[in-house]
Amino acid sequence: MASPTIAGLARQLEAREVSSHELTQRALDRIAASQPVLNAFITVTPEQALAAADAADARRARGETGPLLGIPLAHKDIFCTAGVPTTCASKMLAGFVSPYDATVVERLNAAGVVTVGKANMDEFAMGSSNETSFFGPVKNPWGLARSPGGSSGGSAAAVAAGLVPAATGTDTGGSIRQPAALTGITGLKPTYGRVSRYGMIAFASSLDQAGVLTRTAEDAALLLGAMAGFDPRDSTCADRPVPDYAAGLGAPLRGRRIGVPKEFFDDGLEPGSAAAVRAALAEYERLGATLHEVSLPNLGLSVPTYYIVAPAEASSNLSRFDGVRFGYRHPGAGSLEELYKLSRAGGFGAEVQRRILTGTYVLSAGYYDAYYLKAQQCRRLIADDFRRAFGSVDVIAGPTAPAPAFRLGEKVDDPVQMYLNDIYTIAVNLAGLPGLSIPCGFSGGLPVGLQLIGPHFEEGRLLNFAHQYQQATGWHLREPAA
Amino acid sequence: MSGNWEVVIGLEIHAQLATKSKIFSGAATAYGAEPNTQACLVDLGYPGVLPVLNAEAVRMAVTFGLAVGAAVAPRSVFARKNYFYPDLPKGYQISQYELPIVHDGALTITLDDGAQKSVRIIRAHLEEDAGKSLHENFAGMTGIDLNRAGTPLVEIVSAPDLRSAKEAVAYMKAIHELVRYLGICDGNMQEGSFRCDANVSLRRPGAEKLGTRTETKNLNSFRFLERAILFEIGRQADVLESGGQVVQETRLYDPDRDETRAMRSKEEANDYRYFPDPDLLPVELDAAYIEAVRATLPELPVAKRARWVRDFGLKAEDAEVLSQEPAVAALYERLAATTGRPGPAANFVRMEVLALLNRTPDAVINETVVADLVRLSADGAISRASAKTLFEEFGTDAGAPAMGAVVDQRGLKQISDTGALERIVDDVLAANPDQVAQYRAGKAKVMGFLVGQVMKASAGKANAAQVNELLAKKLA
Repeated sequence: MASPTIAGLARQLEAREVSSHELTQRALDRIAASQPVLNAFITVTPEQALAAADAADARRARGETGPLLGIPLAHKDIFCTAGVPTTCASKMLAGFVSPYDATVVERLNAAGVVTVGKANMDEFAMGSSNETSFFGPVKNPWGLARSPGGSSGGSAAAVAAGLVPAATGTDTGGSIRQPAALTGITGLKPTYGRVSRYGMIAFASSLDQAGVLTRTAEDAALLLGAMAGFDPRDSTCADRPVPDYAAGLGAPLRGRRIGVPKEFFDDGLEPGSAAAVRAALAEYERLGATLHEVSLPNLGLSVPTYYIVAPAEASSNLSRFDGVRFGYRHPGAGSLEELYKLSRAGGFGAEVQRRILTGTYVLSAGYYDAYYLKAQQCRRLIADDFRRAFGSVDVIAGPTAPAPAFRLGEKVDDPVQMYLNDIYTIAVNLAGLPGLSIPCGFSGGLPVGLQLIGPHFEEGRLLNFAHQYQQATGWHLREPAA
Repeated sequence: MSGNWEVVIGLEIHAQLATKSKIFSGAATAYGAEPNTQACLVDLGYPGVLPVLNAEAVRMAVTFGLAVGAAVAPRSVFARKNYFYPDLPKGYQISQYELPIVHDGALTITLDDGAQKSVRIIRAHLEEDAGKSLHENFAGMTGIDLNRAGTPLVEIVSAPDLRSAKEAVAYMKAIHELVRYLGICDGNMQEGSFRCDANVSLRRPGAEKLGTRTETKNLNSFRFLERAILFEIGRQADVLESGGQVVQETRLYDPDRDETRAMRSKEEANDYRYFPDPDLLPVELDAAYIEAVRATLPELPVAKRARWVRDFGLKAEDAEVLSQEPAVAALYERLAATTGRPGPAANFVRMEVLALLNRTPDAVINETVVADLVRLSADGAISRASAKTLFEEFGTDAGAPAMGAVVDQRGLKQISDTGALERIVDDVLAANPDQVAQYRAGKAKVMGFLVGQVMKASAGKANAAQVNELLAKKLA
């Protein structure tokens, strides 16, 4: 039996065929059974979840309705949740309990979502394989020796394995889309500023954006509608209306124009993935859309640009973890300087330390102009490429990742190889655009993702394109063997 | 100091803006609360929190900029200044670096000899204050109070235009007066609401290149500023004259020993790794906003003094004294208007009201009483002495009766009747033959004694001017 979707469960809840309590208990049971195998969760909260489920059932009994009321969901452990540990998968925050809820958590709670736990991830969202987690790597349900991608690897694995119908994630350079592709599910990174960052532990503030991992575009539309919108606590959050994303899913694609960047189909793309993506593009032609070659000439700048901007911001964002007020504090420090050095060296993992050092270096006096300032200029060039392309097409389509899920341990000692896994997704963050990945086939028995990119605040268009494809195909219904 | 040196001074003044809440959070800014009771999650730098700019702080910075004739930037940018310190919760201070909100202004100061000097203000930028480290009472540990963390500051950076400690003090006083007039800073120096760093260097007169400077931090009184600069001038002159070189460094002034001491040198200085804060949008101000703020600018002290001299006929010195405190200036302004006698009102405020406020700074003055007394004494209905006595009795009495009625009841009407006065004068002269003789022998000072005797004999009701006149006539 195919794992249910939010939309399907909402119908069952509405018809009183099932209660939120039952759904939540089922999710908790599956999580418990899967945990030794997948390690998708850092924290599971059965009591709070069942209490929330009962509250949702009570709301429904009082006549309330809503597509998310009583739906179980996992939050990436980067979102602050009051009263429940928020670790960012770091020893630095092991046991840290936030005194407040992130805006995303608050809004989904208000919509009646039932949080079952906090999903595993790369430490501070820095990684593309979920191997940098202090709590151990997550396994890919499609092959337990393989990575689910990262950094939202726990969220992706939990949805792909049918533990929960949906999970939140964050995407700084591909951290929702790449794991969605590698685990065969739908992942949406909204426009920068569409969803509040308040309460989302910052990695790279100008790139971070909250989004969702779901089975279908329809479910992503339902969740985004509840999460998105202005938040006065985040100055970078856009003050503009949130469309009814679900209402726009059915629009036909006849005559819509799809841009296909030639740079996306280079030698670095694994042939099986290329074939699956080309087949998906052909499917769009059958749906009435037309394909047009476009060029993103500065795409090659995106990985180096990203690995200056993101570490620079991270080096500053992570300064607050100093052992003084919260988090890991080395017990043996004899002086203030030692307290800093020992706490930070002991609390942060190797990849986080690598990025802090990189970021500190590129911001240093004498290097700022050559690195940080230059990277900002490159960032504008990349954004301009997209702007030009969107002058003639409605969406841009291509692969999400250069290859299907790689083996755990395969790239972990080679940061550059690891960084190149995000080559197709990073530019989207640098330009602040919405991006979405949907399953579009298999290569060597592993899922392949198709990436759709839209102009700013055109999440509705991406969801429409994705939904039409999912109505015509069945790739999103494929599930790994239990 | 020996030798011939030109002193070059520039000041960086930190004025705490008088907003109710912090610059990037909703926590209160009031001084003196229990440690860490006015620090919210944003001030504490908790994971996931974000700063939101306080619009009132922006308005206040713009107000300052306009008051010093500066350019207000249509676009200014907040940057992060990165360094580790326990009272800096985020590990960075949000400040403005490359693009400050205000730049290129000037303020005219008056020097001791009455000459005017224009001091250039290079920039004024918004930033957040850090918390406080408490080194006492923690037995070898350091306490941290984050109440002050996130308090809005405007940092006002002057050009190196000041040429002596006295000029520096005059400039700091002028800024102090200005920010209080504008209502953007309470100016309380004990509480640290207004403090400055002094950059001091020496060079040979005529030299174009500036000498190596030192920066003396956190001077929170005019006297400390003056003392610290004087010490630095002497110290640097000694270094240079003995063939040494001044080291560029940060110093601290120790008032107990009246000296400055090195805190850290340039080599040990932090690399602050400034970069634009990605959590905050650039501050974009359009012309309409700037003009709206300009429309709210109060009359500035310099203009106010000039107007009082021109329209009210006040002496420059009186105008200066009456305009120093914005509240006193406003009180005087109201009295001048209600009494229609700006000159006598100025005298009365200066001699009586200010004296009272010096004794009891928190006194609430009953302005109706003051107006009555100014009118009654200016019109000759009561003597200055009676006015003073009545002010002392009723000046802070919110329920005081009308002064005219009190004067009638107590029979305080001034004796201006020449016949009556003449009788009192004659009696006094008859009773004090020694003093009369002394006066006639050329001891003019005795006149004061005789006037006093007449006033005493009249129970303070004699018209002092007439008494003087009569005595002069009779003793001639």
